[in-house]
Amino acid sequence: MDAATAEAAVVTWRLARRPDSWITRLFDYKPFLIGLCLAPAIGLLVVFLTYPLGLGFWLALTNSTIGQRGHFVGLANFISVLSDPVFQLSVFNTIFYTAAATVGKFGLGLWLALLLNHHLPFKSFLRAIVLLPWIVPTVLSAIVWWWMYSPQFSIISYILVNVLHLRSTYINFLGSAWPARWSLVVANTWRGIPFVAIITLAGLQTIPPSLYEAALLDGASSWQRFRFITVPLLLPILSVALTLSTLFTFSDFQLVYAITDGGPFNTTQIMATLAYQVAIPGSELGQGAAIAVAMIPFLVALTAINYFGLARRKWQQGPANE
Amino acid sequence: MDRLTRRQSLLLGAGALGMTTLSGRGALAATMEAGVPVADVKPPSFALEKGATLKVLRPAKFIDPDEAWFRANTKKFIEQTGVQVELDFISWEQLRPQTAVTANTGAGPDIIVGWSADPQIYASKLVDLTDVGEYLGAKYGGWFDLATLYGTKWGSGGKQWIAIPLGGGTGPAVYRISWVKEAGYDAIPNDLNELLTLVQKLKKIGHPAGWALGHAVGDANGYADWLMWSHGAYAIDEHGKVAIDSQEMINALNYCKELYPNLISGTTSWNDASNNQAFAAGEISLTFNGVSIYYVLKNAKDKRLNEIAADTNNVLPPYGLSKGHPPMSALVINAMLFQHSKFPNAAKDYIRFMMEAPQYGPWLSDCYGYWSNPLKAYSEMAFWNGDPKIAAYKEGMNTPYYDGYKGPISANSSALAANYILVDMFAKVATGNASAKDAAAFAARQAERYYKA
Repeated sequence: MDAATAEAAVVTWRLARRPDSWITRLFDYKPFLIGLCLAPAIGLLVVFLTYPLGLGFWLALTNSTIGQRGHFVGLANFISVLSDPVFQLSVFNTIFYTAAATVGKFGLGLWLALLLNHHLPFKSFLRAIVLLPWIVPTVLSAIVWWWMYSPQFSIISYILVNVLHLRSTYINFLGSAWPARWSLVVANTWRGIPFVAIITLAGLQTIPPSLYEAALLDGASSWQRFRFITVPLLLPILSVALTLSTLFTFSDFQLVYAITDGGPFNTTQIMATLAYQVAIPGSELGQGAAIAVAMIPFLVALTAINYFGLARRKWQQGPANE
Repeated sequence: MDRLTRRQSLLLGAGALGMTTLSGRGALAATMEAGVPVADVKPPSFALEKGATLKVLRPAKFIDPDEAWFRANTKKFIEQTGVQVELDFISWEQLRPQTAVTANTGAGPDIIVGWSADPQIYASKLVDLTDVGEYLGAKYGGWFDLATLYGTKWGSGGKQWIAIPLGGGTGPAVYRISWVKEAGYDAIPNDLNELLTLVQKLKKIGHPAGWALGHAVGDANGYADWLMWSHGAYAIDEHGKVAIDSQEMINALNYCKELYPNLISGTTSWNDASNNQAFAAGEISLTFNGVSIYYVLKNAKDKRLNEIAADTNNVLPPYGLSKGHPPMSALVINAMLFQHSKFPNAAKDYIRFMMEAPQYGPWLSDCYGYWSNPLKAYSEMAFWNGDPKIAAYKEGMNTPYYDGYKGPISANSSALAANYILVDMFAKVATGNASAKDAAAFAARQAERYYKA
């Protein structure tokens, strides 16, 4: 085959190929394809996240009530809300509730995970049981706690008074400020333990047993093994759990709403329940939205602390960066 | 409805048959219609629109007859007029937002049976119902004060009807007859000092009284209102200014503080279910509540509960310094007809129909005090006296007191109750967490947040 024939053959072959239709070309165009693939996800985000969040921000800047659409009032709602002693109390309550419950959840959750990490009989069964508080719908468990904290029908009081005879009167769990706050912290802790326990248990299982064996050979005590192997290797996953758990607790609504609804005299009123109370039953949509929006800086700060504090080393940059 | 109880099917069947072959209590109600004194007034004639269809929304039932009779009466209206009516029930908490959406979008149900203050809030979106209101008032002996307050446009002197009140849920005093007797009293005294003595004695004999002071939207607000009004105090004055910080209110707060240690423990954590439970369990001897406590005890299948019902009485709450009327109000439901309705005549006729004795009578009597009547003539129905223990409930709307009394009825008045401003004021003083003076000043400032001009 000489060169000319060869060239002709190539030309023929090129001619034989059908030209791309516009639709093929469109789909071969990368920016379009990327946009197309992202569209469903972006659509979902816009409809279900950006729009409600944006609407919340907008409402916070208006004097809308449930009856009327309202108009733009700038930061008036925020100024009004910040000077409200009930709001200030709710900020304190929310911070206390989150801090105390998070300490409780992590202390007990980690302990439970360490126990479950041992070879126990009925291990899988026990692990499944541990998840129960997390599986039960929050409102159901809230109602159960409400009964347990009832000043008249509490099973805890019943056991202490009628069975064990340790007290003569029923406990007034929710009737005054601090007992009510601690009671809610206990309920929230109970509910949050499984989340921490299961996540840290997963983390514990990724720690290679060889490290413990090596430490054993070196004569490390069990405390030293925990302090120098378990803790550092668990820290990355622990920080993820911590971030999520504090966010969940901070924005909790159901437990408090169903057990005390913020009573007595707002001593257990948290920001989420106050926002609802002011906006929906109280009709002041703008003020309620401002309270809800006021939660956002706290949530961002919490995330940032966890992100930059605990997590910086491991899960952000990966082990290669050590 | 998934499953009909025997009673429900009876009621529904009764409605379908036009109540000609009733048995049981339904039959009783039908003959009692005659007991409603009716003036000879010609009904306004509404030219029903051809092919009219109506959508009606009302709050969900708590007791079965409420829904069963409402459905049966609606069915009767459909049969008699050919107007199709779609009736929906919605949870109490969702009703207010749903009303707001309907009013603001101009779409949705033609008629909403909504909460107390809503007709005033949406007055500009509602069809004038003066013809229906005047006709019903003339025929059925006039409207009670609370009905006129909520049903007519504020400032119209009770003349311009913008909604027709169907009924009110009230909370008089509920007590155990034998324990009050044991404490040395034949009845609940109207004098506040006497009442305090009774409550102290009840505590001494081991059967304390109990009133909710937690965040219980119905019960705790009802108790706070009673404390306030029975001392001649009020939250808002005639000009819409906050009037909480008054000597009368301080007296009420101090009285609450004296009562509190004599009550059952833990009332500051009570919600709306707590006093019902405590009463049914025999833990308390006296409280304020709707008829639900008595109704449940009386109709329970448990003999022990029936015995408690036999020992229970419901009476008007102690008057204290209130003159002429007991210091209590009611949660009123009002039928509102929206301007976006394409069939306003059919809708008006539906509202009129539901309020007429053949329909309203059985509904009211089978609800057994759960709803108090807004029209005076219905107080003459025999069932109110057939069981004297529920007679107090027929007075539910015979009261000049309302949320935010004596100010204009507006969205603000519901905000007072929804944010527990009065309840928390009383709770703080009762538990010694604030002095009466400080608590009143604090509550006044909080109320001003909502009553700002």
